[in-house]
Amino acid sequence: MYTQALDVHGREPVPAAAAEVAAAAARFQARIDADEKIEPKDWMPDAYRQTLIRQISQHAHSEIVGMLPEGNWITRAPSLRRKAVLIAKVQDEGGHGMYLYSAAETLGISRAQMFEQLLSGAAKYSSIFNYPTLTWADVGAIGWLVDGAAIMNQIPICRCSYGPYARAMVRICKEESFHQRQGFEIMLTLARGSAAQHAMAQDALNRWWWPSIMMFGPSDADSKHTAQSMRWKIKRFSNDELRQKFIDITVPQARFLELSIPDPALRWDEATQHFSSGPIDWNEFHAVLKGSGPCNRERLEARRSAHQAGAWVRAAATAHAAKQAARALASQEARQA
Amino acid sequence: MSAPAAAPARGDRALGEALFPYVLRLADTSLVLGQRLGEWIGHAPALEEDLGLANLALDLIGQARLLLTYAGEIEGRGRDEDALAYLRDAPEFRNLALAEQPNGDFAHTIVRQWLIDGWQLEVYEGLTGSADMRLAAIAAKALKETRYHYRFSSGWLLRLGDGTAESQARAQQALDSLWRFTEELFAPDEIDERMAEAGIAPRLGAAAGRWERRIGQELRTATLTLPERRPHPWYGKCGVHTEHLGHLLGEMQHLQRTYPGVSW
Repeated sequence: MYTQALDVHGREPVPAAAAEVAAAAARFQARIDADEKIEPKDWMPDAYRQTLIRQISQHAHSEIVGMLPEGNWITRAPSLRRKAVLIAKVQDEGGHGMYLYSAAETLGISRAQMFEQLLSGAAKYSSIFNYPTLTWADVGAIGWLVDGAAIMNQIPICRCSYGPYARAMVRICKEESFHQRQGFEIMLTLARGSAAQHAMAQDALNRWWWPSIMMFGPSDADSKHTAQSMRWKIKRFSNDELRQKFIDITVPQARFLELSIPDPALRWDEATQHFSSGPIDWNEFHAVLKGSGPCNRERLEARRSAHQAGAWVRAAATAHAAKQAARALASQEARQA
Repeated sequence: MSAPAAAPARGDRALGEALFPYVLRLADTSLVLGQRLGEWIGHAPALEEDLGLANLALDLIGQARLLLTYAGEIEGRGRDEDALAYLRDAPEFRNLALAEQPNGDFAHTIVRQWLIDGWQLEVYEGLTGSADMRLAAIAAKALKETRYHYRFSSGWLLRLGDGTAESQARAQQALDSLWRFTEELFAPDEIDERMAEAGIAPRLGAAAGRWERRIGQELRTATLTLPERRPHPWYGKCGVHTEHLGHLLGEMQHLQRTYPGVSW
C-alpha cells in the first residue's frame, strides 16, 4: 500500500566535529547525485536515516492496517474465486509489511519498536484505511483506486537512493499492479452487471474518489519538506505531479466503466493537456490524519486487540524455544561428561 | 489400498449416488475450515501467523473448489462450485462438525486444525491410490498442501503445550472442548464403506489406528492429555451439525442470497 507524510524530518545530527560531518555530508550527497545506492552500513546523515525510518515504517504500518478494510470482506466474498483472490491479496499486503519492516530494521530500529509506535498512535499510517468498506464494490474500488494511487507513488520509490527500500519496492510494485487489475476487474463486472450492481459500483466510486486523490498528500505549496526528500532521491516527483498523473490515467478508466467521477468541476484542459479537477477538501484530509476519520478508532483498536490477544501465544513460542535450547545444551553436556 | 485402473463409479448408478455425498464431505470440510481461517486474517498473534493462516485458508478454498466442481459434475444437475457453496442450506452441508467450530482463541484454532490435518493426511494419502482418477489427482495435490498444514499445526501444538503454563492450559482446554467432535472422523458409515469397497476411498478403520498413534505421541511430547470420553457423537458428514454452521453460512452466502442470479 502507500504511505503519506513523506516529508516529516527527524532531528538533525549532532556533529562531533562540524567540519568532518560537513565533509561526510558532501561526499554522501555526491554519491546520491551520482545515482549510487546507499546501503545499510554506509555513513548517512542522521536526518536521512530518520526520514527513511519514518517513511518506511509508515509504509509498513499502512500495509498492515490496510489488511483490515479488505479483510472485512474475506468471509463474505461473493464467489469462491473472489474469496481466494482476496485472501491472496490481503496476504500479499501482510508480506509487503514484512519486507518493509525488514528494510526499516536495516536502519537500526526493531519491528517491536515500530509496532509499539503504531499501537501507541505515535506512528502514522495511510489515512485511506480509516474509511469503511461498506459493500463488496468497496473491495473493487480499493484495488482500482487505492492500489492504483499507491502504484503511482511507489514506482518512483523503486529508484529510491536507499538500496533495501528500493529493492523491496520492486517486488511490491509487481504485486500491487496485479492487485490494481483485479480491483478494476471487480468494478468492471459490477458496472456491467445488474442495475443494483452498477449502483453499488457507483456508490463505491463516490465514496473512494476524494480520499484516493488525497493519498498523494498535501499540495506542493503546503508540502514544506518535499525539496529535501527530492535532493536525497527518496522522493522523485512532487505530490501534485503524481496526483495529476493519477487523475489523467483514472478518468478515462471511469468512463470505460460508465461510472461518473464525483467532481462536477472535472474537465479536460486543452491548454495543459491534463484533466483539471475541483478543489480538494483539505479539512477532511487533516481531520482524518489527526484521528477523526470514520474508522481511525476501529483500525487501531483492531491492531491493539490482535496484539494483546496474541501476547500469550508469542510468549509460548519464546518459552518453548528457550526450553528447546536448554535441552539441547543439557544433552550436549551429558554427552561430553 | 489396492486400486483398479479405471473408475467404476460412473457406470454404477448406486455407486454414483454415494460418490456425490462422499465428495461433498471432503469439499465441505475444506470449504468450512477455510472460511473459518479466513476470519483470522489481519487479527493473528503475529504477522507470520497472519501469512501462515492465510496460506492454509487459500489451500483449503482451492481444494474445496476442485472438489465442489467435481461433485457438481457427478450430480449432473448443472450446479457449479458456487451453486454448491452458496446456495445450499446448513442441513445439506456434509463437512465434519469439527470444521465448523468457532475459532475461539489461537489454541482452539490450532487444535481444530491439527485434528483435521491429521484426518486429511490419512484420507488424502489413501485417495491418491483411488480407483477414481479425478479424486486421486485432487488428493495428490491436496496431500502436498496438507503435509505443510500438519507441520504448521503440530509445530504450534508443541509450542503451546510445551510453552508457558498459560499456553499449556489453553491448549488442554481447547483439546477438552473439541475432542467430542472427533467421533465421526474415522467411524465409517454406509457411504464410507461403499467407497472403500469400490476402491475409491481408503478404509477408515485402518487409518484410525495410525491417526490415534500419531496424535497420542504428539500429545505426549506437547505434555497434553487426551480426554477420555467423546460425549455427543456429532455427525456433520451425515448433515447433523452444530448451531455454528448456520451463522457461518449466513455470513458466507449473504451476497449470493441478497442478489440472486447475477455474476460477481
